Amino acid sequence: MRDNPLIGLTVILVPFSLLSIGGGPSIFAPLQRETVDVMQWVTAREFIDLFSIARVAPGPGAMLATLIGWKIAGWLGALVATLALFLPASILCMVVARFYDRYRGHQWHTALEKGLAPIAVGLVMAGAISIIRLSGNSALVWVCALGAGIWLSIWRKLHPFVVLFAGASLFVAAEFAGIWPVSQ
Amino acid sequence: MPGEETKAADKRVSLWAIARVFLQVGAFSFGGGVTGWMHRLTVTRLGWLSEGQFLSGLALGQVLPGANVTNMAVYIGQVLRGSVGALVALVCVLTGPFFLVIALASVYDDVIKLPGFHSAMDGIAATAVGMVLRMAFAGAAHGCREFSMGLMAFCVFVAIGILQWPLVPVVAVLAPLSIALAWPRGEA
Repeated sequence: MRDNPLIGLTVILVPFSLLSIGGGPSIFAPLQRETVDVMQWVTAREFIDLFSIARVAPGPGAMLATLIGWKIAGWLGALVATLALFLPASILCMVVARFYDRYRGHQWHTALEKGLAPIAVGLVMAGAISIIRLSGNSALVWVCALGAGIWLSIWRKLHPFVVLFAGASLFVAAEFAGIWPVSQ
Repeated sequence: MPGEETKAADKRVSLWAIARVFLQVGAFSFGGGVTGWMHRLTVTRLGWLSEGQFLSGLALGQVLPGANVTNMAVYIGQVLRGSVGALVALVCVLTGPFFLVIALASVYDDVIKLPGFHSAMDGIAATAVGMVLRMAFAGAAHGCREFSMGLMAFCVFVAIGILQWPLVPVVAVLAPLSIALAWPRGEA
């Protein structure tokens, strides 16, 4: 049955959906194992290319699964992979969000809302660090990320596209200046 | 008209407005930082959610399985317009990226040869981290005004970001502590 790519994708991705605590990055390693080593749907090189495409394209990085689906079974594969990865976890989240939101105004809800806020702030900062680490952890990445964060915080009306464009230009300039990419 | 005229803050957001915002988030969020885009639009610009509502949803979304992006879309949609709102936000936030990611993959082999293209991609990804940092700064200004709250955020950051401890046990210990500290005192 797993020979049919559509069924194979579903069988592999639905459990990932429900186990991916902490978001997309937590499934990249097991996804690579399944699709490259076990099923041999894509080569290791292709996987890395698809990963960088999903990273730079809009939307969640987990759209990597969409691309793998597309690679092995075209548009239908892309659709099946997207639904298999995002739908199960979303339904679970819908149930929890519905329950949580119903108690708005109750004392425990107020405490939860206030108490979870700093946890979220810490998690977001930690997530930012892990992305920077994934991007090679070089000084240029740090400067760019922090600079953009501060710039966007101060100049609140500015469209983020301006900042993204500036970041892209900075890295291209760095390439021509010979300081990017940093050789490992 | 249930739910109407309870408070000025309870104004109903139309499903169409939700669709438009999440289509935008999906199509604009080059390089990632998608939750940062959601924060910018739904909290900072439109004021649909309070900072506290957004952040607590973000924390819930991280602890639950699934991509933070889709969980957050579901949560925001649910808060604004119930399950239908959640479904609209989810579908819309994925629609743009679905086509854009495939479009980029189809031309990837050609564009990758362009001089500077790879570096531009790296630059966009690095800058998109700034979108997320902006959200964290705004969240810290709101949610960490008390010393204890700031300390909680700092502990989570150090444990997961610096020491790279696994998320679930860290949150399982610190979240209840943080909620206990936030419990309204004096009014039992």
